[in-house]
Amino acid sequence: MANITLDDPLPVNAQDQGRRQRLQDSFFRSSTLFFALMVLLLLGGVIIALIFGAWPALRTFGFGFLTTEVWNPVTDRFGALAPVYGTIITSLLAMIIGVPVSFGIAVFITELCPAVLKRPLGIAIELLAGIPSIIYGIWGLFVLAPFLQLTVQPFLIATIGHAPVIGRLFAGPPYGIGVLTASIILAIMVLPFITSITRDVFETVPPMLKESAYGLGATTTEVVWNVVLPYTRVGVIGAVMLGLGRALGETMAVTFVIGNAHRIAASILAPGTTISATIANEFTEAVGDLYTSSLIALGLILFVITFIVLAFAKLLLMRLERQVKK
Amino acid sequence: MEIYARRRLVNAVSLTVAMAAAVFGLFWLIAILWTLFYNGFSAINLSIFTEMTPPPGNTGGLLNAIFGSVVLTIGATLLSTPIGMLAGTYLAEYGKKGAFAETVRFINDILLSAPSIVVGLFIYEVVVVPMGHFSAWAGVIVLAVIGIPVIVRTTEDMLNLVPNGLREAASALGTPMWKVVTMIAYRAARNGIITGILLAIARVSGETAPLLFTALNNQFWSTDMNAPMASLPVTIFQFALSPYDDWQHLAWGGALLITITILILNIVARALAALGSSRG
Repeated sequence: MANITLDDPLPVNAQDQGRRQRLQDSFFRSSTLFFALMVLLLLGGVIIALIFGAWPALRTFGFGFLTTEVWNPVTDRFGALAPVYGTIITSLLAMIIGVPVSFGIAVFITELCPAVLKRPLGIAIELLAGIPSIIYGIWGLFVLAPFLQLTVQPFLIATIGHAPVIGRLFAGPPYGIGVLTASIILAIMVLPFITSITRDVFETVPPMLKESAYGLGATTTEVVWNVVLPYTRVGVIGAVMLGLGRALGETMAVTFVIGNAHRIAASILAPGTTISATIANEFTEAVGDLYTSSLIALGLILFVITFIVLAFAKLLLMRLERQVKK
Repeated sequence: MEIYARRRLVNAVSLTVAMAAAVFGLFWLIAILWTLFYNGFSAINLSIFTEMTPPPGNTGGLLNAIFGSVVLTIGATLLSTPIGMLAGTYLAEYGKKGAFAETVRFINDILLSAPSIVVGLFIYEVVVVPMGHFSAWAGVIVLAVIGIPVIVRTTEDMLNLVPNGLREAASALGTPMWKVVTMIAYRAARNGIITGILLAIARVSGETAPLLFTALNNQFWSTDMNAPMASLPVTIFQFALSPYDDWQHLAWGGALLITITILILNIVARALAALGSSRG
């Protein structure tokens, strides 16, 4: 029976063990810290590498790069206006088509559909969100584009195409591929994505709020407009912005059906191009440093645009999260 | 009564519109899957798995592309799993609060949705240009970079679900922190972490755009990691845009293969996650 007092040194092997474990502990901690830091470095790396790669083009063309429509590899003149315009117009059209529909589906899943269908529908939507964009792309090329060319586009040209002002949007021959087709494909692609986030957001509404409204005799529509939406407004906007971020950067779904024409046409039936489609189509074939550099500069512009949109989306969603926690 | 009838009418109309939107949206998604299965099944036969990609006009399969996709995906998974897991561990175990962890979380979520083609350009600049040529290694790295944010996110979320009581119990016994994390928290969150890895695999196996200028493509059988390597998505891209019927046919077959693989991965991941949460 040993009397151990506080002054007694620990047995030597226990001291060793303690030191070893402290070492292992700090090693483990610093390696997790290192890799967390790496996530930041990745982002920094992307930005630095893109600026570095884009530098020759930016130096040659300056600010004019953003405002020139010319894209001519033969004379080495490059401007980003057409792809930037294409990227923004296809994404906006996709949002105009896709957001109301995803909103409808989310309302349907959370408020209307029978309880048995709720889970399967939700899971189906989430699974669809995982399907790679190239699948949407080849479907667009082989099914949607011919369908639009033969039925919808001739109809649009024959009717709205002759209207004053707005008619210019629907003028020209029915190509099948083009800005409108790309927008529809993008809309279908972001549909499951926006729906699943909107649904999650809708489900953060405390049931008590909804039940009190129902208890006062509100209809389902009134509950959605006056209780669910005001409560989740920030989150819904966040979901839409996340979808927009996806649509802006989407490559494969668009490349198949946009038509790759470096010009800005008034008609949305005409072929156009987007930043990502231009890069995907031309990068490996680009000869000459200035050509490659111009393509990387396009990538830089795309990254900046999506970064702003995604950061904004994230901030909004974080605000909703804090609101729910309170 | 007048108001009451109008409210009911408004309600009925808008509910019908919501339902119509749901039907409309689901119709397109089902149409896509139906076309995919219809065209894909007729293209899938044994030779897809046993023969190389053919020149136009010849019969052949997708063996080298399937092999390439498997190699690139496995490589990317091996590379991104430890990085993503450790970074996620930091966020959940060490940096719960604080500006640094908050920033990492924020940036990680942005990387999660960043355009993959831009990541491709990044790897082109830092790997392909210094090496001087396209290579399978560059493909592995680009896919790993795309997979990392997925794993970081799920690892953190799953570790956060582990009850603190478990950690405290272990710490009370004098267990050092790193053992608490690896022996207790990782084990408790195992299913969830595997879910994250499966989701990352599902995400990267369908990626096309970033491979176009990293791993490029290869018409032939190649196991050389320093040379360009074929992959299913890039082959589908090339074959679908070609004017040859037999190439387009193979593209549909490949598209169906990828979709089924990804659906299975997602379903298994979900089942695992459900298993983990019902037990915990």
